[in-house]
Amino acid sequence: MSRPPRRSIRGRRARSAVMVGLTVVASILATLPLLLILGLLIQKGASSLSWDFFTAMPKPVGETGGGMANAILGTVMLIAIASSIGLPVGIGAGLYLAEHRGTKFAFLVRFLSDVLNGLPSIVVGIFAWQFLVRPVKHFSALAGGIALAAMMIPLVTRTTEEMIRLVPASLREAALALGYPRWRTSLTIVLRTALPGIVTGALVAVARIAGETAPLLFTAFGNQFWSTSVNEPISALPIQIFTYAISPYDEWHSLAWAGALVLLALVLVISLVARFATRSRFRGGHD
Amino acid sequence: MSGTITGALSADRYSFWYGEMQALFDVTLDIAPRAITALIGPSGCGKSTFLRSINRMHDLTPGVRTAGTLRLDGDDVLDRGVDVVQLRQRIGMVFQRWNPFPKSIYDNVAYGPRLNRKPSGDQLDDIVEQALRRAALWDEVKDRLRTSALGLSGGQQQRLCIARALANEPEVLLLDEPCSALDPIATQKVEELLWELKKDLTVLIVTHNLQQAARLSDQTAFFYLGRLVEHGATDQLFTAPREERTESYITGRFG
Repeated sequence: MSRPPRRSIRGRRARSAVMVGLTVVASILATLPLLLILGLLIQKGASSLSWDFFTAMPKPVGETGGGMANAILGTVMLIAIASSIGLPVGIGAGLYLAEHRGTKFAFLVRFLSDVLNGLPSIVVGIFAWQFLVRPVKHFSALAGGIALAAMMIPLVTRTTEEMIRLVPASLREAALALGYPRWRTSLTIVLRTALPGIVTGALVAVARIAGETAPLLFTAFGNQFWSTSVNEPISALPIQIFTYAISPYDEWHSLAWAGALVLLALVLVISLVARFATRSRFRGGHD
Repeated sequence: MSGTITGALSADRYSFWYGEMQALFDVTLDIAPRAITALIGPSGCGKSTFLRSINRMHDLTPGVRTAGTLRLDGDDVLDRGVDVVQLRQRIGMVFQRWNPFPKSIYDNVAYGPRLNRKPSGDQLDDIVEQALRRAALWDEVKDRLRTSALGLSGGQQQRLCIARALANEPEVLLLDEPCSALDPIATQKVEELLWELKKDLTVLIVTHNLQQAARLSDQTAFFYLGRLVEHGATDQLFTAPREERTESYITGRFG
């Protein structure tokens, strides 16, 4: 066998370097939007951030100052309502899909949750308005929470299913061979082993719905006042940002920027928690 | 150990089907208690199927059918009325690929007894120590019981799986190629351990390693194409096999 000419090796190396370079550029471009948004929000919004922003109520037009305390509370309440419905349903459905993966029903559920996942959020909002707002003739935090739950469920369902499928069959067999009934095996080994991944999926879903605006426009609607009732319209950070951003007042514009910064920070924190806090103590090591 | 000797297994004309495919044909085999029996034979000969029948691991596989009987100390293992959960506590199992739970070393060993015997904290400590000692792992892990089992070496993980099975105090220990992924030194440790364990329980081991079967077991059963070809004392089976197929297999002419 003759050795290949040196030039072709050099050419191959050059092509390889170009390809690596292109993927590096693509990686930078992929993260650039987030960095730019973060920079812009800090530049425009940081100056309006103060203690008041978190504790004070919005002021009427013409008065200076004021904050978004009601919107922050509203977002927390909406997330709580959405999670208390979306997480149990999503995790339960995911467990079913993973444990009965071959059945026709599982195929149908999987397909439909993918469709629901791809549904524009404004459609979810209109749907929730039709069924939860129109019959009772008033907007409510509950309707907003349910609309958000509908967005959350398919996400949680699919990540739960994927995480449970990653649990090796050998662990299941080990528990069964020790005399564990099937349901206890599912609970103590399968679900427990998949738990960090499921928690991560749940937090990603929470981060996703925290910033949703469209489903809330016809359901939670927004509220200029302090409200803790699930039966009343309630404010939320995205709604408040929207209201302020389309207003003609400069002061409200900077509050909207600050609100956007807080929302982004919230999502960032949730994502960071999802990444680090749920790391299993017993992962890693050999294999 | 005192009292009557338990852990005697016997199969009588035991057949097994996966759907239409028959995997075992009329296997009749008595397995001596408190001894090591090796099941050998080429891949797909049915030895693992036989092993997994004994603790009913096939229960969750759809389309499985059996005929004949399998008895543990006279009790019919295959009877519908048998409590599988209780049966599996009497019959421990160790798999080819070590599979500790992603929990601490202590919790791995305590997993079975916690469900089955509901011991107090001190009792559980004793059970865990005993099981780890019997698996010859205690000295290596006694200072790190609360750390992850997945931080142990492969050989240690496999011995941990043996300890986990022993914590249920089974009468029978089934091992499905327990050393096939271990290096020679780790293999030797497992073999020495099994040699100790046969003093109080019945050990049934599936192996592709004929040297291992020859040096470790008291009895050997040779399976071929779903049939039990020959069963007898290991010395006799390896030096003077009665069947020609056995001789061909152990001398490496096929398999």
